[in-house]
Amino acid sequence: MSFWDSLMGRRKPIKANLDALFALPTASITLQTAAGFNPTGVGSVCYREAEGAAFAQTQTDVLELLNADEGPDMEKSTDQYGYTWLLSRQDPSDMSALVTDLHAVNTTLEAHGFGPGLLCSLVGFTDASGRKLGLVYLYKQGTFYPFVPLDGQRRDNVVEIQIRDLIGNDLPIEPQLQRWMPVWGAPGL
Amino acid sequence: MAKTRFIKDVGLTARMTLVMFLLGGLFVALIVGLMYAFPSYGILIGLGGIGIAFFQWYTSDKMALRAMRAREVTPEEAPELHGMIDRLCAMADMPKPRVAIADTDLPNAFATGRSPSHSAVCVTTGIMDRLTAEELEGVLAHELSHVAHRDVLVMTLASSAGIIAGMMTRGAQFGGLSLGRSRNNNGGAAGLMIALLVSLVVYAISFFLIRLLSRYRELCADRSGAFLTQKPSALASALQKITGEIAAIPSKDLRSAQTMNAFFIAPAISGAGLKTLTSTHPSLEERLEQLAKVAAELGRPMDGGFPAPGGGQ
Repeated sequence: MSFWDSLMGRRKPIKANLDALFALPTASITLQTAAGFNPTGVGSVCYREAEGAAFAQTQTDVLELLNADEGPDMEKSTDQYGYTWLLSRQDPSDMSALVTDLHAVNTTLEAHGFGPGLLCSLVGFTDASGRKLGLVYLYKQGTFYPFVPLDGQRRDNVVEIQIRDLIGNDLPIEPQLQRWMPVWGAPGL
Repeated sequence: MAKTRFIKDVGLTARMTLVMFLLGGLFVALIVGLMYAFPSYGILIGLGGIGIAFFQWYTSDKMALRAMRAREVTPEEAPELHGMIDRLCAMADMPKPRVAIADTDLPNAFATGRSPSHSAVCVTTGIMDRLTAEELEGVLAHELSHVAHRDVLVMTLASSAGIIAGMMTRGAQFGGLSLGRSRNNNGGAAGLMIALLVSLVVYAISFFLIRLLSRYRELCADRSGAFLTQKPSALASALQKITGEIAAIPSKDLRSAQTMNAFFIAPAISGAGLKTLTSTHPSLEERLEQLAKVAAELGRPMDGGFPAPGGGQ
């Protein structure tokens, strides 16, 4: 934020950075070969619903567009913080189809001026022992971080750090660990 | 180019610039007046005032939290509150401030700190009991906007002229400036009178200007907060709840919170008379009206209806 903007008390909403999402298929292959985490074929977009008719219309358009194909429909849910999650299910082997779905949500919201409301995207992975991993994409930073939930709102930080080192070459990883916020019970995990 | 629904409020910006310019001019006028009255150490008095202002700004987070007897809480102690602030900070792309809770029934919230990375957001237990999660989030977004706008710094700078003027009048009262009088007899006494007069005038003017500036900063924070959560009506209903409740509580309980008023989301003291000129916060009607404008902007269709000549802006 510039000096002038803060002097004027004018904080412009931060625009979302959408491009890094397309690096996910590469990272997914690295995760499969090096860590044994396979994609579940489930991904979700988390955003803030704005008030008013314009947003409701935009959201309906997105859902109609993505439900037009023969695959399973998008699932919409609201979490306890009031954020909306759109969940997409695709064939686990087709990571790029999933990323395209997620990207369609982003671009539509952004084209209608709701880009600042995007919070994060999440793509689910699981390994042979049933352990879950979510790769979370932060729109405002344009970076990813791994999230490995355990039972009872704890997270496996050791695995998360290992994953970070593994996929560091494929994806832009969030360097500030404080921003690796947990998303307990997020759809898609 | 990505489209944005954010619109600049040119009128508010212009009014605020004028007030800040006047406050700066007042500061210069005071220093010039002091140098005229005390050629030898007028500059020193000015520097002393800036020093005090700097100290207030630098220690603002600790001071404010201590004054409110607020306690910093960890994510384990207040997971809901931390989760809300985590998400808002991720959306706004700003460092997360420290989170504190003050154990008082007065429904209020404030943000303080010398910079966005050294700041704290404090809510009272009263506000958490009364507001729904959505409303509390609107309030937190308002406070985070204060942090992002560096309002503590701006307000401290703005009040430095007032601080010096206050020092001068008090110094004259206790005879602390008698040094100048004893050194050169008649000129010193006249200089003291001039300095006292100038200080009183400066103090009075800056009192009103600072409050005016404070009201503008509140409106700015409301706007930015509403654009951040995209739910202006949640903040509007929170404001209605808070201000309604505060007016209903007897003022005796509120007196201990008086010094903190400038950074509260809603002022804790309600009074009549010069209220509109001297209040640190804009009236509820003014704030609600502005939030309604933001809501209209968010609900406006982007394509069709309004051909935007400037591209995405």
